Amino acid sequence: MTTTDTGVDSLADVTSSEDRLRRFLLGLPGVDQVGAEARAATLSTRSIKTTAKAYALDLAIQMIDLTTLEGSDTPGKVRALCAKAKRPDPADPTAPQVAAVCVYPDLVATAKFELRGSGINVASVATAFPSGRSSLAIKQQDTRDAVAAGADEVDMVIDRGAFLSGRYGLVFDEIAAIREAAGDAHLKVILETGELVTYDNVRRASWLAMLAGADFIKTSTGKVSPAATLPVTLVMLEAVRDYHEATGLHIGVKPAGGIRTAKDAIKYLVTVNETAGPDWLDPELFRFGASSLLNDLLMQRTKLATGNYPGPDYFTLD
Amino acid sequence: MSRFEYAPAPESRAIVDIKSSYGLFINGVFTEATDGKPFKTISPASEEVLAEISEAGEADVDKAVKAARKAYDKVWGPMPGRDRAKYLYRIARLIQERSRELAVLESLDNGKPIRESRDVDLPLVAAHFFYYAGWADKLEYAGAGVNPQPLGVAAQIIPWNFPLMMLAWKIAPALAAGNTVVLKPAETTPLTALAFAEICQQADLPPGVVNIITGAGRTGQALVEHEGVDKVAFTGSTAVGRAIAKSVAGTDKKVTLELGGKAANIVFEDAPIDQTIEGIVNGIFFNQGHVCCAGSRLLVQESVYDEVLARLKRRMSSLRIGDPLDKNTDIGAINSAEQLARIRELSQIGEDEGSERWSPECELPTQGFWFPPTVFTGVSQAHRIAREEIFGPVLSVLTFRTPAEAVEKANNTPFGLSAGVWTDKGSRILWMANQLRAGVVWANTFNRFDPTSPFGGYKESGYGREGGRHGLEAYLAH
Repeated sequence: MTTTDTGVDSLADVTSSEDRLRRFLLGLPGVDQVGAEARAATLSTRSIKTTAKAYALDLAIQMIDLTTLEGSDTPGKVRALCAKAKRPDPADPTAPQVAAVCVYPDLVATAKFELRGSGINVASVATAFPSGRSSLAIKQQDTRDAVAAGADEVDMVIDRGAFLSGRYGLVFDEIAAIREAAGDAHLKVILETGELVTYDNVRRASWLAMLAGADFIKTSTGKVSPAATLPVTLVMLEAVRDYHEATGLHIGVKPAGGIRTAKDAIKYLVTVNETAGPDWLDPELFRFGASSLLNDLLMQRTKLATGNYPGPDYFTLD
Repeated sequence: MSRFEYAPAPESRAIVDIKSSYGLFINGVFTEATDGKPFKTISPASEEVLAEISEAGEADVDKAVKAARKAYDKVWGPMPGRDRAKYLYRIARLIQERSRELAVLESLDNGKPIRESRDVDLPLVAAHFFYYAGWADKLEYAGAGVNPQPLGVAAQIIPWNFPLMMLAWKIAPALAAGNTVVLKPAETTPLTALAFAEICQQADLPPGVVNIITGAGRTGQALVEHEGVDKVAFTGSTAVGRAIAKSVAGTDKKVTLELGGKAANIVFEDAPIDQTIEGIVNGIFFNQGHVCCAGSRLLVQESVYDEVLARLKRRMSSLRIGDPLDKNTDIGAINSAEQLARIRELSQIGEDEGSERWSPECELPTQGFWFPPTVFTGVSQAHRIAREEIFGPVLSVLTFRTPAEAVEKANNTPFGLSAGVWTDKGSRILWMANQLRAGVVWANTFNRFDPTSPFGGYKESGYGREGGRHGLEAYLAH
């Protein structure tokens, strides 16, 4: 089956039974590993300077989901993070705000309170993050808790075990169930591509998540290595582009984990620009799941404005 | 929010020092030409004159061949292989050290994007010298007999599409095998060869081992016909190759010819689609299509024709055309006004024959020689654009239904330099590779080169191989 001649109706059809879904996913065109990595490497050689760099740095800041996902997280830590989200560079009020703050469900209320009136979203990782290994009922409850506490966005993990053993229907049903539990909240589906291993799997999982109702597809939890890579993100961007062509719907992409430098972030933006297209260069459709990235973006931003690199101590820790 | 427009990112020209005029490099020194009219080399992207180049006449050719002969008899021929290797390694390292300068010079003189000269040409140039340096003291193990001997003086003529890379393909194996050379670069792109002459001086290469003479067809003809030449190696057009074959017929000169191509790039319905599109783009738009092995005939299985075409056009729309020295440029300038005229003429013929022509919307610079990436659909085997080598960014698309039909169409050409196969099925790749009459068959990739891999053609694409052990054999008697 080719992807361009599928409309919304025929896509609804492919999800009507597990067997059809399976045949559809296995019928997607393959991904050649060498070719995909070569393409990503080529995109990495784009040279982004001066005005284009200034634009990219500010855009990248606005796409950040400022994240803390530690067992040791406290309300105090979350409050500090929210302050940073609102005003990333205390020395420079022209620095834009980030897109969202991402926390565990029990800290959503704190973040929500701190960010009131700022326009910054609260995202929460629900569904037994990061392993996803619990019953559907618990995952649904986890999601409902987060949304009840005020989460605007829910980041769910898929059952990689089920996916790898070919039980696509189970994964589909679970995403659909969480989609329902999340209500109006934006649903980001984490594929944990480091555990899916092959690009063929990444493409199939991307389509599976989109068919099941994801608003965003996200690479990683950040707890598994490798986390986001450029080739994986490239394959996911190709999937959302093809899905858009088939249905007219825009699905977002979020690489998460391991993106630490402005240079890396710019490579991702170039890849977005030249793969899914300029429509995706928007915080509504592309996010970075990162925390340490922000300071490097701010540092490069200051360098561009003043000509000097400030030391790391000129930026806040969290 | 505004769109993501990449600001210009030009590579600095300051690193290259172009002299206002160049002599001929004979016997280790730059000398004035005795006869012949100097000509100018220009930057095809701006038509700016870069330097004045000497034209070598018959007397100069004679001088160069004699210098090469003397160096062969007295120094290079008798020298132990391990010592020749040292020189080759030294040259390879100097190329690496000066690679940025050489890349800028190549892009200026040739019009190719710096991204390619920097990331493809120069690394391969150095790799060729390193690779053949390794063979210089191991010739007995190259599979060319137990006691292989050099041929003598090699006359080498190279084209303008990969000036320095073609120089490396020619000079590295020749020197490793113990030959001395007289090389003539193309008249539109002599600068990197002249920079290479400086590298030979820098490496203290004995005088006369490498001689570089500049000029056009007349100079090349005098070189090929010179009786002091033992071997002729030519890369270029089939017409000139044929003339060379005629002129050396009946002499003792050995010949290798690497000529034109009209490669089939064959896409099956189960191909990895996004990488295939990249491969098609790389196959035909790499180096503005100035590639003898370019995948200029796209054969698509009918079942995926619409999808491949739609994706290809979308991808072509994202190609960036312009200043070759801008690091973000994907497609640079056409090498010469003459070549541009030929591309235009053949494209017009394509339209006149009823094929449909398509190019993405793109602004071309007003100065210099430019042609947009172009695809022709509705092409049949009978059309001239499907048969003749265009040597430009022009792709003809044909369709097929079965693997046998793909093979039949792919082989139905006077050429046979390369082919590409795109499929997820390994067994089909192997079957196709056996059926295709082409020197190189790429599987799920295109336009990949490596010094260890032999390269050369069938039929009108010439004979002999360059690269690998086979490339060495072309410079050895056994």
